[in-house]
Amino acid sequence: MASNNSIKKTLIVAFSLCVVCSVVVSSAAVVLKPKQLENQALDRKSNILQVTELYQPGDDVDEKYAELITPKVVNLKTGEYSHDLDPASYDQFDAAQDPATSRTLSGDNDIAGIGRQENFSTVYLVGDPEDPDQIVMPIRGQGLWGLMEGFLSVRGDGNTIVGLSYYDQSETPGLGGEVENPRWKAQWDGKKIYQDGDYSDPEIALVKGGASNDYEVDALSGATLTSRGVTNMLRFWMGEQGYAPYLARFHDDSQGGA
Amino acid sequence: MATDSVKDVVLSPVFKNNPIALQVLGICSALAVTNQMSVSLVMGLAVIAVTAFSNLFVSLIRSHIPSSIRIIVQMTIIASLVIVVDQVLRAFAYEMSKQLSVFVGLIITNCIVMGRAEAYAMQNGPVMSFLDGVGNGLGYAVILLVVGFVRELFGSGSVFGLTVLPTVQNGGWYVPNGLMLLPPSAFFVIGLLIWVLRWFNPDQVEKTEYRIVANSKAKIKETANV
Repeated sequence: MASNNSIKKTLIVAFSLCVVCSVVVSSAAVVLKPKQLENQALDRKSNILQVTELYQPGDDVDEKYAELITPKVVNLKTGEYSHDLDPASYDQFDAAQDPATSRTLSGDNDIAGIGRQENFSTVYLVGDPEDPDQIVMPIRGQGLWGLMEGFLSVRGDGNTIVGLSYYDQSETPGLGGEVENPRWKAQWDGKKIYQDGDYSDPEIALVKGGASNDYEVDALSGATLTSRGVTNMLRFWMGEQGYAPYLARFHDDSQGGA
Repeated sequence: MATDSVKDVVLSPVFKNNPIALQVLGICSALAVTNQMSVSLVMGLAVIAVTAFSNLFVSLIRSHIPSSIRIIVQMTIIASLVIVVDQVLRAFAYEMSKQLSVFVGLIITNCIVMGRAEAYAMQNGPVMSFLDGVGNGLGYAVILLVVGFVRELFGSGSVFGLTVLPTVQNGGWYVPNGLMLLPPSAFFVIGLLIWVLRWFNPDQVEKTEYRIVANSKAKIKETANV
């Protein structure tokens, strides 16, 4: 017993245990890393496909994504596509943390409550990239308990909504958490964001007591603050600071065509 | 201790000596991850794996562990196992690991794991220790599943994601109990569960620690007479 408690033995045991454990932990991390990254990518792709409502359960996510979706990086200020940034490697969440590629928001500028906004955002075009059937845009903002992250998909006119879906939110289960309820989400189809081509002021909002026109969606019952968060985040991302300059191009294009 | 039978070691923590219901250990994660049965099941399996293997490894090297650093040694083994389990879940059950989020990592702080390593694995052989870990993990998993069943059934009207009571939100008739979806409801469910278990098993009821004496003078006289 005495030998077990000697300083030498203590150090040997502690050292060898640390070596063995660190080898086990790091090899688990290294071996499983590719599989985990694949899962993350797959998860993101399936979230994008789900908001387009083109995904049927049982479809092969990778195949369907490759067939339908073209990612592009958009300069949020000008609304132009970026030629320098590669959509496959650009990570807007990293960019939003970096002062060189993002800007600070505060006060009235920050109705979505996100603090920093990236200068470039990835959008996902469905169908022909020149004349897309749908445009899927990542949006995020504060709900009641924390940041809600999701995708909004609009039709090729840049105005009619296809769907809104959140892949990460921590709202109260049963109340604000109902943003994930398919029945609530179904209401978004066909709603319009902008009225009379006024891109500076998105009309879309959640309202209490029943939606009465194309710019209103029923608020979540019992979740006033979550509903407010959703409205604010749409107003922000669809506004001048968000995708409005980009979406306006689709309006002009279709006007020119008609 | 060496005469414990395999059956006793595995089954007694499930029913007679349940780590949650009797020892009231590991409550925190039982509150957090029991709003759906599928999540409870995965969490239960993760805890079974961690308790079983940490017991095994601690027991294997128990005669070499210096007593001055034994807690740190146990902690290191448990923490490594938890990281491995977390990584495996992320690789093979991504959806689940997203829902469990930090709670898999927090298995490290689950008193059951540490408690079994210190109380059982330090004194017993590797095979029995492994089984003891499985048993205690099972005891934890069973309670998690029962709580998960109650919470999912009354909170979202389903069992393992299959609709049993169609809820109003989905066009049915059942108005779900919102409290059941929130962690505090697990307190009530576990409390009621402990009550029911002790009703059937009065041995588990702790002795009252003190009793107010009706009249202290009379008491003294009585004892004096005896």
